[in-house]
Amino acid sequence: MSKLRIAVHKFASCDGCQLQFLNLEQELLTLAERVDIAHFIEASSDLGEGPYDVSFVEGSVSTPEEIKRIRQIRQQSRQVIAIGACATGGGIQALRNWGQHEAFLKAVYASPEYIDSLEHSTPFSDHIRLDAELWGCPPDQGQLKRMLADLMAGVTPFVPGESVCLQCKRQGNVCVLVAKGEPCLGPVTRTGCGALCPYQERDCYGCFGPQAGGNTTALGRRFLGLGLSPEAIKHRYRFIYNWAPAFREASQEWESKDITYTPLPSKKEGEWS
Amino acid sequence: MNTRRIEVPVLTRVEGEGALYARIEKKQVTDLRLRIFEPPRFFEKFLQGRSWKEVPDIVARICGICPVAYQMSATHAIENAFKATITPEIRALRRLYYCGEWMESHSLHIHLLAAPDFLGYPSAMAMAKDHPEVVKRGMHLQGLGNRILKIFGGRPVNPVGVRVGGFYRAPSRQEARELLELLQSALPSAEALVRWTANLKLPEVNRPAPFVSLRHPNEYPMNEGRLVSSQGLNIGAAEFEHHMIEYQVPHSTALHAHLQGQPYWVGPLARLNNNLDRLPPETATLLQETGISWPSTNPYHSIIARALEVHLALLEAVHLLKHYHRPRQAYVAIEPRAGIGMAATEAPRGTLWHRYELDAEGFVRQARIVPPTSQNQAQMEADMRASILESLDFDDEALRLRLESGIRNYDPCISCSTHFLRLEIERA
Repeated sequence: MSKLRIAVHKFASCDGCQLQFLNLEQELLTLAERVDIAHFIEASSDLGEGPYDVSFVEGSVSTPEEIKRIRQIRQQSRQVIAIGACATGGGIQALRNWGQHEAFLKAVYASPEYIDSLEHSTPFSDHIRLDAELWGCPPDQGQLKRMLADLMAGVTPFVPGESVCLQCKRQGNVCVLVAKGEPCLGPVTRTGCGALCPYQERDCYGCFGPQAGGNTTALGRRFLGLGLSPEAIKHRYRFIYNWAPAFREASQEWESKDITYTPLPSKKEGEWS
Repeated sequence: MNTRRIEVPVLTRVEGEGALYARIEKKQVTDLRLRIFEPPRFFEKFLQGRSWKEVPDIVARICGICPVAYQMSATHAIENAFKATITPEIRALRRLYYCGEWMESHSLHIHLLAAPDFLGYPSAMAMAKDHPEVVKRGMHLQGLGNRILKIFGGRPVNPVGVRVGGFYRAPSRQEARELLELLQSALPSAEALVRWTANLKLPEVNRPAPFVSLRHPNEYPMNEGRLVSSQGLNIGAAEFEHHMIEYQVPHSTALHAHLQGQPYWVGPLARLNNNLDRLPPETATLLQETGISWPSTNPYHSIIARALEVHLALLEAVHLLKHYHRPRQAYVAIEPRAGIGMAATEAPRGTLWHRYELDAEGFVRQARIVPPTSQNQAQMEADMRASILESLDFDDEALRLRLESGIRNYDPCISCSTHFLRLEIERA
């Protein structure tokens, strides 16, 4: 079997997802032996043209040129895999999508005409068909290596969709929500990071995006019980994955003027006097 | 042939998206533009209305390669606004944390981005076929830097452990002990790295410009110090805006900066030049051995400056870990109050300045961030102009290579360099 021809493409991003490749350290050399890294601007000045077997794409679509470019990449690639929060959810920069793009542009530029930027920062799935998505800000290196191994073996990449809590409990961390009263997003957030935040004795802030079946309303009510305001709960959801549908809707729910949710756990007679 | 156009449509082996365009007519550079087309991400605007508690996690996302620098400049600036004081233990932990980023970022730059230029390879992976031990040594040092970041924040990209006031959790004694052993065993590698960079065949050029960096009474500067220049500037972070003037140029989404109307230079070489008398003795000995007369105005010596800083960061980290006692709590309690706070710290690429205006509850009213790459842009363009004039008899391909390697000396982090400010454009 011939080596897979792999490309890594950057869109609007911090470069952190590509860096997960460069941070493989010596394993990067092993990877370079097992696959043909044909196009990776940050790693090599030797840029090979398509077609590619697999294109990894990082960043979000945020300019007209980027829409054209992602469509081209789709045409040139047998498989396209989105990596990272920007690629899979529009990223933290999707905070511009909440109706402020025009205001941002006007507020910050002496000469807005020099700048080409779309109103919304969007994930690749809004523009093309994807073969797989690797979530996280940044994606976990273990998951990335697993995906590369799956691709080399020719099987469909597996990405788990369960919540952070399951991983967190397997690791034996103390629950920061129950034990410390921190507004941890672990119950509604996708696993993959290794439950890093609870291990560091802090609350998860949702940087792997929504898990497959989290109850954002119930968790918000639990936060109410911890003393957070609806505004603060809105901000919890409107963060790294603010544009992913589940968190987007949750943040809108807590923003709405007529919410009448009661805190959880609800107060029973004689309790917490 | 009177007119030559030199275009580098996409700069490779740099962080982010940029390009270079030059027009040469009758032995004059009539146009030169380092274009940065990193799409704007509006970070300074997102910060508005967010709580002080969220800032370290937001600003980490500006740059994948130097999140520590962003977290450190931000936490110091907010602590200044809140008039909070941290303890000596937290100060030491922050220095250790920064050592990790310097080691990781510098090692990555030396081996993956810069060295292939000097040995004639397109990439570190290609270079590793002929020089496996060199590349492996570099990646080992990069990995040790990452190890330091992981014990503080779980991962080297967007580490999660930093909060205003300190860290969420202090490393355990066992984590610190294991790390210390690993770092100590790598000291010979760091020494060898310095000697190896000093023996590279580097172009001899001379680009005098003011060097700007922090300077501290008795340390090599990372988190603290006054802003100084080699031409007598000596100011606190609060005066930065009055001296470093930024302006927008049509060909770039990043702003340019001038000091007293002149381009200036930040980064490892500028930092080293300004702080030669602050090196630990072991690093100073290695510096002497290089045979270079310091301070150096040759940007190609940046790779040696980076290697020296890797060595220094490793020594510092060993020293800090030897004296480590786990604090009961790794942060001081923070009381928000209305105010303005500013701070500059030394990112691997140079001085990174932050300013925050906060309200009484600690919500951000305004943020301003000036990254090192924006500050270096004017100097990079001046350097490229000079490089072209020196290399007029090069053919186009050789000239392109020379210019690309010249830009890589500055380790531009283009992802970071996009930030905005409402300013009128200066027209000549």
